Amino acid sequence: MRKAFVPLLGAAGFIFLTAPIIIARAPFESTMGLVQKIFYFHMPPAMLMLLSAIFCGLVSGAYLVTRRPVLDWTASAAAELTVLYGSIALVTGPLWARKAWGVWWQWDARLTMSLLMWMIFVAYLLLRRYGGNGSETLAAGLALFGMATSPFVYLSVNLWRTVHPLTSVVPTLPVDFAFPLWYAFTGFLLMYLALMTLRVTLERQRAALDQLFLESDE
Amino acid sequence: MKKIWLNPSVLASLLLALNAAAVMAQPGQSEFAPVNELTPAEQLPAAPLVIAAYAFVWLAFLFYVWTTWRKLGKVEEEIGALSAQLAKRRP
Repeated sequence: MRKAFVPLLGAAGFIFLTAPIIIARAPFESTMGLVQKIFYFHMPPAMLMLLSAIFCGLVSGAYLVTRRPVLDWTASAAAELTVLYGSIALVTGPLWARKAWGVWWQWDARLTMSLLMWMIFVAYLLLRRYGGNGSETLAAGLALFGMATSPFVYLSVNLWRTVHPLTSVVPTLPVDFAFPLWYAFTGFLLMYLALMTLRVTLERQRAALDQLFLESDE
Repeated sequence: MKKIWLNPSVLASLLLALNAAAVMAQPGQSEFAPVNELTPAEQLPAAPLVIAAYAFVWLAFLFYVWTTWRKLGKVEEEIGALSAQLAKRRP
């Protein structure tokens, strides 16, 4: 698994280096102008935060049923990446909002739900870090709860009145906007996979170290 | 005398006239100001925000890769040391 890390990181790095050129060539949006270009670094991590939360919940559910350690390692890695990608979305969003809406933050449904989801996964990590023995089972339950919030985060812009752009924006994007978006999305996705391989390797090695400690005590 | 002002169409016309008067009474823009004369708080260039967003993405990933790589190196170092210790103990 670790062998995949370097090629994935290299491919993601290449996309992150070339994406600004492609984004700069994309047309300016009519009402927001230059600041709309934050969209290309905001929507992909936000979407991957949602997908990562769903993935973490599914893997945690599978861990609760099978108790296979690899599922626990993967869930832990996915939770950490949910927090990382969520942090990126929650920082780039206000940078965009400051110019587009005139405020850094608005307590509207999408923003508040996203913040709550991020906090659930921060709670997951704190539970794993300080929860002691058996915390992986409790954390798996929390991940299922985190996953359950994801449809509300996604649909919040359609269900409630909000200043955030609707979910209909992305499917209806003209090609000039859509190409840089999906190019950047590919970079974020490859980076996600690279970090996932690295993080799962770390968990595997930690388990191997624990096993060696047990052997040395005998 | 017939109360003409109770007629609905007259009432509607009166309301429309009042509304038009209210709109007309609003003060017009007294002067045009160039955008570069706005106070610094009102002038908000987009470029620093875009650059900050892109820089944050890079820094977040670099920091995460660096810290995870360091942790992995430490764990592998400990595995190496412990394995060597165990190999020495074995007859």
